Amino acid sequence: MNDKPKIVIGLIIFFAVFTFPFWYNHGTVSSAPEPKLSDKAKQARQCVRDTEFMRTEHMQLLDEWRDTVVRDSERIYEVNGKEYNASLSNTCMDCHSNKADFCDKCHDYASVEPYCWDCHKYPKEKM
Amino acid sequence: MNVNYLYSLLAVIVLGLIAYVGAGVAGFQGLFGIFIPYLAVVIFIAGFINRIMDWAKSPVPFRIPSTCGQQKSLDWIKQNKIDNPSSTFGVIVRMVFEIVLFRSLFRNSRAEIVGERIAYKWVVWLWLFAILFHYSFFAVVIRHLRLFLEPVPVFIKIFEQADGILQVGLPGLFLSGVTLLAAAFFLLLRRILIPKINYISLAADYFPLLLIIGIALTGIMMRYFTKVDVVKIKELTMGLATFHAGIPEGGISGLFYVHLFFVSVLVIYIPFSKLMHMGGVFLSPTRNLANNNRMKRHINPWNPDVKFHTYEEYEDDFREKMIEAGLPVEKE
Repeated sequence: MNDKPKIVIGLIIFFAVFTFPFWYNHGTVSSAPEPKLSDKAKQARQCVRDTEFMRTEHMQLLDEWRDTVVRDSERIYEVNGKEYNASLSNTCMDCHSNKADFCDKCHDYASVEPYCWDCHKYPKEKM
Repeated sequence: MNVNYLYSLLAVIVLGLIAYVGAGVAGFQGLFGIFIPYLAVVIFIAGFINRIMDWAKSPVPFRIPSTCGQQKSLDWIKQNKIDNPSSTFGVIVRMVFEIVLFRSLFRNSRAEIVGERIAYKWVVWLWLFAILFHYSFFAVVIRHLRLFLEPVPVFIKIFEQADGILQVGLPGLFLSGVTLLAAAFFLLLRRILIPKINYISLAADYFPLLLIIGIALTGIMMRYFTKVDVVKIKELTMGLATFHAGIPEGGISGLFYVHLFFVSVLVIYIPFSKLMHMGGVFLSPTRNLANNNRMKRHINPWNPDVKFHTYEEYEDDFREKMIEAGLPVEKE
């Protein structure tokens, strides 16, 4: 028995499958997204926490807020002596009112679909 | 006492430290983020093909399927067409069951002395955790494609949604990560705690398991606990996938490089180890051959040309002498 032709076909399939990312992108360079800050956010200079923290942990902060607000009706988030209203729509989206240019930029790039908007409405964008 | 798992554990820890110190502390991010991953892909693909072609050269002159049911016989005897296939179609069905459902592992049994007699018990746990492990790993690999494809195809998004369907915490918990780690730990503990299996386990059995546990742990750490900037990571991985590799500005934390280095080592290790069952399962001659030895003559293509000297020729050579000596001949 000599099954070399079949095996070679199998290997070609193997090669095609395992190099999928290389030929799917066919070498097109895609640059990392740059979320746009709205004017109000630029003026504020500082978010609730520092940029580095917000970049990696904002989802956990929001999750925490949701639990404290909904379960304990504790609406005030205190940090560095400042008090914030723990609210996605009223605090976050007050500055970051441009969902498409801010939130969605990275979320789309990293293929993240947050379920914030299942319940929350986002403000109408005025650009 | 089997110390193999200690050696393997030590090897994995050292590998992790190498990446952590090398990329995180000493700052060789280009080496660990670009050079080694590319090297790993090249070694993996070349090594894989080489190993398969090596197997393809092995002679398989005779059909040697392990038969697990009634073979094809008289018309009124019912054949087991999957467990003892006699046609190509039967073989394909058998192979699909083997590869997709691990059918032969499902028959796993354990021998025990009950009273004075030996008894065989059906044991499902190995099959259960093996299939959980493999499919979890598969799901994890599919999910990671989001870092290598831009734009991310819809099927991966759907897959992610299904994987995170419980919506536990934020970032949402992926089921496959939990099941992968749990199943890998079960398979490891099985080798450590069951004396008979411990006795036959080698470093080559422990090392890949520990390495995969290391990969899963670092991945889970990065997603849920210590946190890394996923946009930067996608910048790096997309650079790799489009051949425009570069380290993103500001670099990435050491833990990410430990994860990436573990994966690179695993991928390099595959062609040289038992992990080659990924390709080997397709070539297992006890599964992928039809049991048709009694229907078809299989001639070994590697047979050398043997020069036959038939009886007729022999008689032609010696007829006169045979007649002289009074021996019977077929042709006068």
